[in-house]
Amino acid sequence: MKYLEIKNLRKSFGGLTVIKDISLTVEEGEVVAIIGPSGSGKSTLLRCATMLETMDSGELIYLGEHAVKTNAEGKAVYAPPKQLKKIQRYYSLVFQDFNLFPHFTVLKNVTDALITIQKMSKAEALAIGRELLQKMSLSDKEDAYPYQLSGGQQQRVSIARALALSPKVLFFDEPTSALDPELTGEILKVIRDLAAEQMTMVIVTHEMSFARDVADYIIFMDGGVIVEEGLPEQVINNPQNERTRAFLSRFER
Amino acid sequence: MDWSVMLLKLAEGMLKSVEIFTLTLLLSLPLGLFVAFGRMSKNILIRNIIKFYISIMRGTPLMLQLMVVYFGPYYIFGLTLPRGYRFWAVIIGFVLNYAAYFAEIYRAGIESMPLGQYEAAKVLGYNQSQTFMRIILPQVIKRILPPVTNEVITLIKDTSLAFAIGEFEMFTTARAIASAESTVTPYIAAGIFYYVFNYIVAGAMEWCEKKMSYFR
Ligand SMILES: Nc1ncnc2c1ncn2[C@@H]1O[C@H](COP(=O)(O)OP(=O)(O)OP(=O)(O)O)[C@@H](O)[C@H]1O
Ligand SMILES: [Mg+2]
Repeated sequence: MKYLEIKNLRKSFGGLTVIKDISLTVEEGEVVAIIGPSGSGKSTLLRCATMLETMDSGELIYLGEHAVKTNAEGKAVYAPPKQLKKIQRYYSLVFQDFNLFPHFTVLKNVTDALITIQKMSKAEALAIGRELLQKMSLSDKEDAYPYQLSGGQQQRVSIARALALSPKVLFFDEPTSALDPELTGEILKVIRDLAAEQMTMVIVTHEMSFARDVADYIIFMDGGVIVEEGLPEQVINNPQNERTRAFLSRFER
Repeated sequence: MDWSVMLLKLAEGMLKSVEIFTLTLLLSLPLGLFVAFGRMSKNILIRNIIKFYISIMRGTPLMLQLMVVYFGPYYIFGLTLPRGYRFWAVIIGFVLNYAAYFAEIYRAGIESMPLGQYEAAKVLGYNQSQTFMRIILPQVIKRILPPVTNEVITLIKDTSLAFAIGEFEMFTTARAIASAESTVTPYIAAGIFYYVFNYIVAGAMEWCEKKMSYFR
């Protein structure tokens, strides 16, 4: 089943067009990695997909349900709020700089949305939260506050927080870029484990070898368009496009 | 004047000062939040009206504002107000003035919040009011506690400005007794009172700041 479809997405800020006609599909259980130089529009693409940014035109579809359509004049039309609320529960986003809630404990960060928004019983939410923290090897930190954790631990909390709502699609925007190099490994491992569990994920990353290993499909973006896409071996090991080659040559294999 | 009478009068004055202080805070702290919302409103008319109101409150002496609130209804509109109005004029004047100052503190606090907090809340499905009440406000309160403490301490001393319209709070009472009896004792009593009051309030605010220090 197609979990996510983006069709002909366009987005500009003021006069600057940042995304020029991007289409992509993510199948259930698939892991898609998006790579590309700084300023190529990767974050903007994720932010449009997660509705943090309003798209100018195009279609956004989760599990066959339209969040955004385009009308005859070529303008994006968003579904009614109730529908959007429902679709919003299909996905979650892990931020580069975690954005944990500093005044909540680790466990509350993970469970608050379940209790406050989904009106789940406290006991049930805590059980889910503890299970996720255990999965993230953070059981001993449930009563800690974010400032007491390392960057890698904070990022794992934020992944647990995103998973608590059992999203169908999980987006990551450079989940290791804010971390010291020695801490990136623990996050990449968590994402690998999720991939092994068939979690559907869209990951913006600068970790090329990680992208090649974990992704089923790679998208290379530059200047707001998809320049090259395909299987990892193909795009990373044997790029066809000159710009892809130039970009990849900057990373050691 | 009898010592006991003098003390009684001073005690009444103290009580009045505490009353002005408490009522002003109770009303201006929440009112300031609404003023802050108005100041940040998307509606340009509301925003500019509030901006003007705040600039008046900050740009003119509080003593003058009290006089306008007290004498204004009579001199401008010819209204005669009941005798008890004097006290309420003090309260209205203080509340309007302090709400403006608190509003600016709230606004600075709210605007200093990183966008990422709103975005994380949005992605997790919090609606606007849940985001504000659960995520933003607790963090804002922690951030604004020091400047709010400053204002609260200033308010204690400002209550003495009520003398401008003859409300018998601590300072006015002390002055009246001092000039009638030719003694400075009431002034000393007033000084001690303000100092102790300050000391207690500062302690309370410090306790609040400690209470909020569990996160960063
Ligand atoms: N809110 C905004 N207002 C104006 N311009 C923006 C905004 N957000 C992004 N841009 C511009 O859009 C372009 C694409 O930005 P984006 O953050 O999507 O790139 P990116 O591929 O994620 O880069 P990086 O690898 O550095 O994170 C950049 O030129 C950026 O300056
Ligand atoms: Mg980015």
